[in-house]
Amino acid sequence: MVTIGACVKEPGSSRNNKTGSWRTFKPILDKEKCIDCENCILFCPEGCINKDYDIDYDYCKGCGICAEECPVEAIKMERG
Amino acid sequence: MNISEKEFLAPGHRACAGCGATVGVRLALKALGKNTVAVSATGCLEVITTPYPETAWNIPWIHVAFENAAAVASGVERALKSQGKDAQVVAFAGDGGTADIGLQALSGAMERGHNLIYICYDNEAYMNTGVQRSGATPYGASTTTSPHGKESFGEDKPKKNIPMIMAAHGVPYVATASISFPEDFMKKVQKAKETDGPAYIHLHQPCTTGWGYDPSKTIELGRLAVETGSWILYEIEDGDFRVTYRPMERKMVDEYLLAQKRFKHLTQEERNRIQKNVDALCTELKI
Ligand SMILES: Cc1ncc(C[n+]2csc(CCOP(=O)(O)OP(=O)(O)O)c2C)c(N)n1
Ligand code: SF4
Ligand code: SF4
Ligand code: SF4
Ligand SMILES: [Mg+2]
Repeated sequence: MVTIGACVKEPGSSRNNKTGSWRTFKPILDKEKCIDCENCILFCPEGCINKDYDIDYDYCKGCGICAEECPVEAIKMERG
Repeated sequence: MNISEKEFLAPGHRACAGCGATVGVRLALKALGKNTVAVSATGCLEVITTPYPETAWNIPWIHVAFENAAAVASGVERALKSQGKDAQVVAFAGDGGTADIGLQALSGAMERGHNLIYICYDNEAYMNTGVQRSGATPYGASTTTSPHGKESFGEDKPKKNIPMIMAAHGVPYVATASISFPEDFMKKVQKAKETDGPAYIHLHQPCTTGWGYDPSKTIELGRLAVETGSWILYEIEDGDFRVTYRPMERKMVDEYLLAQKRFKHLTQEERNRIQKNVDALCTELKI
């Protein structure tokens, strides 16, 4: 049912939509190589890399920005 | 800089993989923090973040129409004020919603002096409806309504200078920014927040779908725009103009233009003309 004024009351409910299914290539992050620059966190359009550098594959669309912007090539794009 | 670790824009939104608009909004909200109310104009951002009955926003957010983000933000600001609530109001609108159809509402809000931040996320065309030109489309770009072909070489008018039009309103804070320079951008958002009165930020934002480049290159394209002098980062605080980033060595615009499908058709002569215009402005600003 449509709510009054099309009001949506649950913040962040787009989480119901798992965009990980869009992905062709998957970023694999090597924490050993990582130098904590936070580029990947700042530039991910999905905001799906957390402060411990775990990637949430439920939402990662595989755009490859994180791998492209990592200064030490700690992120590799793999098929799958 | 006090930057929130929290995410105020949830994943699951429908933006194209590699979308620069969502990067811009994430960064802006990190700089603004939780006590923020957002307003959006119709456009990609609104459509991708709020497919009914879902929302990606973790803060209060309202959408009304394509043309009136600034008017709605004005009303929200006054309503909060009259209720004695202290929250920052921020409007996000596309370049079409800002340079074209929303300009009148924006001018009015600036003139009335509302205490709000208006961020134009500029992907240089009407992306949501299929890449039609806007007043902010740059010279030479091919769009579906400024196509290149036998009779045309693409957009034949220069990009409308909205930040300077905003500055001419005499508002206390105006800045340009790029999603590829997050620290510079977030600093400006925080300055805008500290500003008493209207603040305007014009955010350059590459769009993989409309510009025609690989999604992984979104940040690189934004950086190239700045490094070639095609997009200049500056701020105007109480009338004082200051360039906030100067490339060590300015790159040739060809590097930026040839990386995108929308400029691929341009001849060397046409690209040289663009280089000349960029050179003239950069020389004036000592970039
Ligand atoms: C009055 C009106 N005219 C036309 C439209 C159709 N429309 C929706 S979004 C849009 C373009 C938005 O362009 P822009 O503001 O640059 O945002 P973008 O989609 O590029 O992010 C248009 C023409 C509309 N919603 N309302
Ligand atoms: S590939 Fe794209 S969506 Fe996935 S984690 Fe990297 S930046 Fe985020
Ligand atoms: S971009 Fe690379 S080095 Fe920087 S935080 Fe991410 S994984 Fe680590
Ligand atoms: S068309 Fe461009 S601005 Fe719109 S969602 Fe896709 S990448 Fe983002
Ligand atoms: Mg646009």
